[in-house]
Amino acid sequence: MQIDWFPLWLSLRVAVLSTAISLAAGLWLAWLLANREFRGKEALDAAVTLPLVLPPTVLGFYLLVVLGRESGLGRLYEWITGGPLVFTWQAAVIAALFHSTPLLIKSARAALESVDRTYERAARNLGASEWAVFRRVSLPLARRSILAAAALAFARSLGDFGVTIMIAGNIPGRTQTVAVAIYDAVEGGNGALARVLVLVVSAVALAILYLANRLAPRQAM
Amino acid sequence: MLQARLTKRFPPGRDSAAFTLQVEFQAAAGVTVLFGPSGAGKTLILDSIAGFVRPEDGRILLDDQILFDGAAGVHLPPRARHCGYVFQNYALFPHMTLRQNLEFAAERRPRLDRRRKVNEMLERFHLADVAGRRPHELSGGQKQRCSIARALIGAPKLLLLDEPARGLDAPLRTELYTVLRQVRAEFRTPVLLVTHDLDECFELGEEMLVLRDGRLAQTGAPRKIVDHPASAEVARLLGLFTLLPAEILTLDPGRNSSRVRYGEFELAGPYFPGHLKGDRVWLCVRSEQLKAVARDSRPCPNRIPAQLLNVIDKPSTARLEFSGDIAVEMSRSAYEPLRQTKEWAVEFPPEALRVV
Repeated sequence: MQIDWFPLWLSLRVAVLSTAISLAAGLWLAWLLANREFRGKEALDAAVTLPLVLPPTVLGFYLLVVLGRESGLGRLYEWITGGPLVFTWQAAVIAALFHSTPLLIKSARAALESVDRTYERAARNLGASEWAVFRRVSLPLARRSILAAAALAFARSLGDFGVTIMIAGNIPGRTQTVAVAIYDAVEGGNGALARVLVLVVSAVALAILYLANRLAPRQAM
Repeated sequence: MLQARLTKRFPPGRDSAAFTLQVEFQAAAGVTVLFGPSGAGKTLILDSIAGFVRPEDGRILLDDQILFDGAAGVHLPPRARHCGYVFQNYALFPHMTLRQNLEFAAERRPRLDRRRKVNEMLERFHLADVAGRRPHELSGGQKQRCSIARALIGAPKLLLLDEPARGLDAPLRTELYTVLRQVRAEFRTPVLLVTHDLDECFELGEEMLVLRDGRLAQTGAPRKIVDHPASAEVARLLGLFTLLPAEILTLDPGRNSSRVRYGEFELAGPYFPGHLKGDRVWLCVRSEQLKAVARDSRPCPNRIPAQLLNVIDKPSTARLEFSGDIAVEMSRSAYEPLRQTKEWAVEFPPEALRVV
């Protein structure tokens, strides 16, 4: 049987990129939520949580409205890159990002909040800037939990279906991620392909789960 | 030199009463001890000086630098205050070796100076052999010395210590006092130390601030405060006194004598300057100046019959607790012959009486 591995490679690439962006943006938001008191903090927290509770298709629909070719952002993207954003693999990255970042922010916030404040106070007292406190004290102390959260976010990016199909579509060889490909194979009566992909994705997911559990902080530090 | 005047209010919470901190004090070179029971606001004062807590009003001046000024809206961030802080649990960074902990703190020194200074501190605090270890691999005494070295390495203008001896066993405590005396001798840094241990005040403090319920009840040299507590409140906090409510019956400055009434008993005492006949006062006597004796059939001057409630054995003394909140502390050798006594009386030597 000839198996097209493109969907799997695309999914892995999408998940890696999405997790990297998610770590950069999500950690900053998590730090903001964990350390700062500001107006609208509750609203920000709610907005961050929203993608977790919205049905993926609904989230996808919103993204389609905001990033579509008719929208301001969509046109800006098109003006910069020369091509539309929706129904490209980059759109799949955005889908995965919105699907997984809320999880990462939630876990990273909890991880940062669990760092004993005394260490951060000690660092400030010794002359460290807020950035140095974060980079050299809070982050290393929460490192394991944050890596575990990133592993879970990676798994979630890998598995997104609803948001991806809404804004990236199902274009074989271009935007068809592995989750979409499995659906496509089942619909098209190609049970053998579906089984192979399902087994591979399950194996990857289990490996990630194992990794995340290994990383999660043990009781004794 | 630290000059601080601060006010901070906490509204009553669901499980806490309202609390107001309102203090004004100075701490010059040497060790100043903030003494008081838990909940008096001691740590809050340290945190306000270090900049972790923002007072509502007041002014904190360290040497010539304004750290906080409520009226002018000045509130320097902790990193700009140059106050070394030794935390209660040391707060050594667990993911760094001891050397890295010191290097982290040395970064505010000139680049070329850092390495030398870290090595110097490691030597001075006898930590050179364990410099490569992480905090969890260190003994309590090493952690303690490291946290003090870390606080001092940036050449702070003030060293703050939050109950450094809390939870330490006796040998470690002795070691800590030795280290702190060394700090006092070798570094010119003024030290502000929080404690609720009176022995520690005597061990280290040149100046003592007695704090209670967010206010300073008395300030002065520890010896002076123990000899002349300013109020019954302070005397109670020190825990060294028997306090009895009394009324002054007569005062005779000529013969340096007085008579006071406590309940149904009359006691002779010295003249109490600044008090008037009829004043309601607290009689205040050091527990070790009282004498517990077997009760006699004939009445004796300045003896009050009392019922023994409790005997607390201490290494070299016995503390006898009597009805009426009277406590007598006597040497073991004096107590042993009296052990079988059933009927007790407590003798108040006239010259030992004070009033507050």
